Amino acid sequence: MTTLAASPPRRRRSVAARTWAFVKRHALTVYAVLVVGYLMLPIAVVILFSFNHPTGRFNYLWNEFTFENWLHWNDVLGIQDAIITSLEVGLLATLVATALGTLMAMAIVRHRFVGRGATNLLVFLPMSTPEIVLGASLLTLFLNTTAIFQLGFITIFIAHVMFIVSFVVVTVKARLIGFDRHLEEAAMDLGANEATTFRKVTLPLIAPAMVAAALLGFALSIDDFVITYFNAGGTQTFPIFVWGIARVAVPPQVNVIASAIFIVAIAIALTNVFWEYRSAKRTRGAT
Amino acid sequence: MGTFFHRHRGATPYLLLAPGVLWLAIFFLIPLGFLGYQSLQSGFFPNFEFTWQFSNFSDGIRDYHTQLVRSFVYAGIATVACLVLAYPLVYWIAFRAGPWRNLFLLFIVAPFFVTYLVRTLAWLNILADEGPVVGILKTLHILGPDGRLLATTFAVVSGITYNFFPFMALPIYVSLEQMDARLLEAAKDLYASPTQAFIRVTLPLSAPGIVAGTLLTFIPAAGDFINAALLGTPNQAMIGNVIQSKFLESLDYPSAAALSFLLMGLILVALLVYAKIVGSERLTG
Repeated sequence: MTTLAASPPRRRRSVAARTWAFVKRHALTVYAVLVVGYLMLPIAVVILFSFNHPTGRFNYLWNEFTFENWLHWNDVLGIQDAIITSLEVGLLATLVATALGTLMAMAIVRHRFVGRGATNLLVFLPMSTPEIVLGASLLTLFLNTTAIFQLGFITIFIAHVMFIVSFVVVTVKARLIGFDRHLEEAAMDLGANEATTFRKVTLPLIAPAMVAAALLGFALSIDDFVITYFNAGGTQTFPIFVWGIARVAVPPQVNVIASAIFIVAIAIALTNVFWEYRSAKRTRGAT
Repeated sequence: MGTFFHRHRGATPYLLLAPGVLWLAIFFLIPLGFLGYQSLQSGFFPNFEFTWQFSNFSDGIRDYHTQLVRSFVYAGIATVACLVLAYPLVYWIAFRAGPWRNLFLLFIVAPFFVTYLVRTLAWLNILADEGPVVGILKTLHILGPDGRLLATTFAVVSGITYNFFPFMALPIYVSLEQMDARLLEAAKDLYASPTQAFIRVTLPLSAPGIVAGTLLTFIPAAGDFINAALLGTPNQAMIGNVIQSKFLESLDYPSAAALSFLLMGLILVALLVYAKIVGSERLTG
């Protein structure tokens, strides 16, 4: 009687323990998959509704599948100009910000000088200020200096360089810290002057970081709404165009453009992931 | 060029810094000064005068304390929601995803590749009154027959949560990824249960990531106005909405500038309180 009573609870406990272990082991995986699903859901909706043929002015409810929106992506007044402006601002601002930011990163990482801490703070501050304050304060500058600055393309460009620079500095800095200065000294010992050393040794070594910083900067520029909205005047970038049209009617072409940007960005990112995976495999093979 | 650098070694860093520092000084620091100057002006558009009008600040608090408090409450809830959603996911990526790590990291940043406004508009599709989510909630009787998700606090807070999620997830991932796995083995050898090992080893080591993530999420969330504008009603208006409409619609620059400073000041106060709680070394270091 006692043995009969004693053995089942022991077995039940072990089953319970095993079940608990199973739940604990897989609960985290299930949770992770659910969160990824949550992150992907709006993206899927944006792409799906780019193929929708909406019944009314708004593209909120699914009606029927069509390729028309993709074929006639510029059929909405102003959308093409807005995209062109976005690309122009993005390219110009990224180019200037990458140059300025890389030089700053080189100074901060490789030199000890008076004001180094203050420079770091100056780089850090714009990143930790709410966008609305950045946009609003820049607008007050432009409003008070109308003799020099008229709101439009040039003020958008100025604003974008301002908020991208900090991100470039941080990205390039991370790469420069792990940089072997002996390579440059070796080049100099072999008779190269500073300009040649920079061109043949330094630049190729920091180029990947500059490319990464430029890609990040371009993505930030093309996506920015708040700072641009305050300083655009009458000029429209793609996000400003979407904001203006969202109160009246959202045509599916907006989803087409957003999907296209997404696909290009993902393609670049996937190439990068694949590259890293391959080079990691190669290094592992070598050792 | 080479000889110039040799002769003026001490000048090199300043020459490298000059263009970038000048840009940030002229288009970031000086504008903050102009914002302060504007916030103490009085009058009506376009004739403003500098009169040390400190009442812009007290009037701002009197008229818009609801929106100010709401901004911080919404940003706080969204930050906590981000932490709860992000931590288990990045933990799983860092310790269980193996070779798929980079792919899952790509999943985390993927929302950033969809234009901010468009991904917020997508929540209009998802939460629409005639949409599938509301339909399911109604059949389950969680939502009443004329209940809705759009134009509610829930919609605005979940929009903010979604939009700033990567800012929370990435710093925590970095701190977990840098963790020395041998520390967990050591904890196990010293007879710590997995829960004890997590609480005593993993959690403290990921604290810098949590602190950074909290700041990166809370600061932009408190200043946001897009989610409240697109997913909410005036009843969900945040301080960003007020600043935006005063600057760009009613052209009341002094009051808008004062409110911008109040927002910045309150964020600073919140940071100091937070620093006091978590310890200041963690915040700066």
